[in-house]
Amino acid sequence: MATGHAEHHHGPATGFTRWLYTTNHKDIGSMYLWFSFAMFLLGGVFALVIRAELFQPGLQFVDPNFFNQMTTMHGLVMVFGAVMPAFVGLANWMIPMMIGAPDMALPRMNNWSFWILPFAFTMLASTLFMEGGAPNFGWTFYAPLSTTYAPASVTFFIFAVHIMGASSIMGSINIIATIQNLRAPGMTYMKMPLFVWTWLITAYLLIAVMPVLAGVVTMMLFDIHFGTSFFSAAGGGDPVLFQHVFWFFGHPEVYIMILPAFGVVSEIIPTFSRKKLFGYDSMVYATSSIAFLSFIVWAHHMFTTGMPLAGELFFMYATMLIAVPTGVKVFNWITTMFRGSISFETPMLFAIAFVVLFTCGGFTGLMLAIAPADFQYHDTYFVVAHFHYVLVPGAVFSIMAAAYYWLPKWTGNMYDETLGKVHFWLSFVGINVLFFPQHFLGLSGMPRRIPDYALQFADFNMISSVGAFLFGFSQLLFMFIVLKTVMGGKKATAQVWEGAEGLEWTLPSPAPYHTFSTPPTVK
Amino acid sequence: MAAAGNQNLSVGRLVGKLLLTVAAMFGFGFAMVPLYDVFCEWTGLNGKTGGQVVYEADTADIDLARAVTVQFSATNNAGMAWEFRPLQNQVVVHPGELNEVKFYARNPTAARVIGQAVPSVSPSAGADFLHKTECFCFNQQVLEAGESIEMPVRFFVDKALPDDVHKLTLSYTLFDVTQNFAETAQGIAN
Repeated sequence: MATGHAEHHHGPATGFTRWLYTTNHKDIGSMYLWFSFAMFLLGGVFALVIRAELFQPGLQFVDPNFFNQMTTMHGLVMVFGAVMPAFVGLANWMIPMMIGAPDMALPRMNNWSFWILPFAFTMLASTLFMEGGAPNFGWTFYAPLSTTYAPASVTFFIFAVHIMGASSIMGSINIIATIQNLRAPGMTYMKMPLFVWTWLITAYLLIAVMPVLAGVVTMMLFDIHFGTSFFSAAGGGDPVLFQHVFWFFGHPEVYIMILPAFGVVSEIIPTFSRKKLFGYDSMVYATSSIAFLSFIVWAHHMFTTGMPLAGELFFMYATMLIAVPTGVKVFNWITTMFRGSISFETPMLFAIAFVVLFTCGGFTGLMLAIAPADFQYHDTYFVVAHFHYVLVPGAVFSIMAAAYYWLPKWTGNMYDETLGKVHFWLSFVGINVLFFPQHFLGLSGMPRRIPDYALQFADFNMISSVGAFLFGFSQLLFMFIVLKTVMGGKKATAQVWEGAEGLEWTLPSPAPYHTFSTPPTVK
Repeated sequence: MAAAGNQNLSVGRLVGKLLLTVAAMFGFGFAMVPLYDVFCEWTGLNGKTGGQVVYEADTADIDLARAVTVQFSATNNAGMAWEFRPLQNQVVVHPGELNEVKFYARNPTAARVIGQAVPSVSPSAGADFLHKTECFCFNQQVLEAGESIEMPVRFFVDKALPDDVHKLTLSYTLFDVTQNFAETAQGIAN
C-alpha cells in the first residue's frame, strides 16, 4: 500500500514515452479513442471514394478492382479499426471510474493490447501499395474468393486480423478481470451501471468468437500456403463451410458492436431525462438474452446457400426472437424519457437519434430475417442500408454521444454546445440522406459491391452520395470541437450534468491521473 | 496487503480460465470442420454423397415395380480445360439394381493435367440413397496431353429412397488439381 500511496502523487511522465510505456487506463483509453478516430477518417475516405464513383452511372474515377478494394478496406477498417477500438477506449476510460477501481486489473497487458493495433492497421493499409493491390473480396472474405482467387496481399490481411483478434481478446480479458474483481465494496452486480454490464457481456462474446475468427483465417492461410483444402471443393473441402465458421463469428460480432452502444445510451437518457433508468433489471436480462441468441442465428446470413426448409425456419424464427429483448430495451428507453424533465444537450440529441434510427435499422433487420423475402433482398443495397442504419446512427452515434457526454469529465472543459448541436444536425441529416435512399435502391434490385449500375438507379445514388459527403465532412467539425474542448473552454463542475448519477461524477473534472486509489463505498 | 494478495490470486485464476476458454473456442473453430461433415452426412444436406459402398448381389432385392430416373451432369470448374461429359444423359433404373454408366474426358491441352471430380446429388433428400460402388471420383485422374479416357461409375439406388423422389441428378464438377498435387508431392519430397 505504501508504494500505491507514493504513486498517488506522481503525475504522468512527459514526452512520447509517456504514451509508449503508459499503463494508466485513462492514457490508454485516450489513445484508443484517438486511434479509432483516425481509423474512422481513413475508413471514411474509402467510403467517399465508393460514393464518388457511384455518384453517377458509368466508371468515372476508379477501376472495378480498386473499387472492390475500397469496399473491403472500408468495411474492415470501420469494423475492426473504428467501432471496436472506440468502445474499448470508452471501456478503459469509464469502467474503472464507474466501479470505483484504481485502474484496469492488468495494466501492462492493457498497454500491449493497444500498441499492437497500430501495427495491425499499418500492415492492413500497406496492402494498398502492394503489387496486386489490397484485399478485394469484401469484408466478409468468403472463400474461395479470398483463397484461390485472392491477391497476394491476402497473407498480410490474415496476419493483420490475427493481431486485431489478439488485441481484442486481451482487451476483453482485462475488462472481465476488472469488472469481476475490482468493484468497490458494496457495488453488487445488480448495482453496476449499464455501460459496465453491457461491456461485461460484450467481453464474453469477444472471448467466445474472436478465437473462431482467428481459426477461420488460419484455415485460409493453410489453404493458401500449405496445400490443405478446408474450403476447396477439389480437395474435398467445402466453400459453404467457410460461411458457417465465418458467420458463427460474424453474428456475435455485430452485437459486440452494438451492446456497448446500448450501455452508453442507457447512461445518457436517464441523465438528461432527470429520471432513473426504467427497468434496470430487464435491461440486464435483455442484454444477456441478445448475447445468447446471437450464437444461434448465424445462418440467416446464408438463407440463399441452399439450406433445407427446417434450417431456414429455425434460423428465421430464432432471428425474429431477437426483436423481443431489443424491443424491451427500446421501450425502456422511451419509458425513461416519458414524463421526464428532458433537456436536449448534444449527447441527448445523439442518444435520441440512436433510439429512433437504430429502431429503423432493427425493423429492416426483421424484414431481412423473413427467409422467403430475404431471397429478394439478399446482396442488394437493402442489406447495405440495413446494416449501416444499425452501425452508423447506431454504434457510431452512440460513440459520439459518449464523447460529448464524458468529454467534460475527461478534459475538465465544457465543449461548445452550439457547435455540438450543429455537428449533430449535420450528421443526422447527412446520415439519412445517405442511407435512406439505399433502401429503395435495394428493393428495386441494385446489387451490393458494384462500381457501376443500371440507369434507373441513378437518382437515388446521386442523393445518397450527396448525403455521404455531407456526413463525411461534418466529422471534421467533430474533430475541431473535441480539439477545442481539449485546449480550453468553460470549466466543468464535478457533476457536469444536472441529472448525472454514478461514481464517475463524484470525481473532480478533469478526472485526476489516479482515481479511487482508496475504493469508495457504495451504499 | 492480504486483501491485495487475494485479489491478485483471483485475478490470476480468472485470467487462466478465460485463456482456456479462448483456446477452447479456437479449437471449436477447427472442430466445426468435421462437425459440419458429420452433420451433412447425417442429414444428407448439401448433396454430399457417401464414399465407396459394396454391392451385395441379390436379385430378389430389386424393386422392379418402381422406376427412378437418374440424370447425369458434368461441369468443368473455372480454369479446367478438359472436355468432360457423360456418355448417357440419363438412365431409368430400378431400386436395388446395379447400373453402370460412363463419363468421357479428354485433355486437349499440351500438358499433363491432374483432375479431381467432386460429386453432388440433388435433391438433397435423395443424396443418401444413391450409392456408388465404383467411381472415377474416388481417385484423381491423370491425363497426358491429348489423351482421352472413358470413366465408369457403378451405382445403385437404395430401396429406401423416399416415395416422392422420382428423379435424381448426379452431377460432377471437375477441378484442375495439377498445382495442388505437384505442391503436395514436392512437400513430401522435402
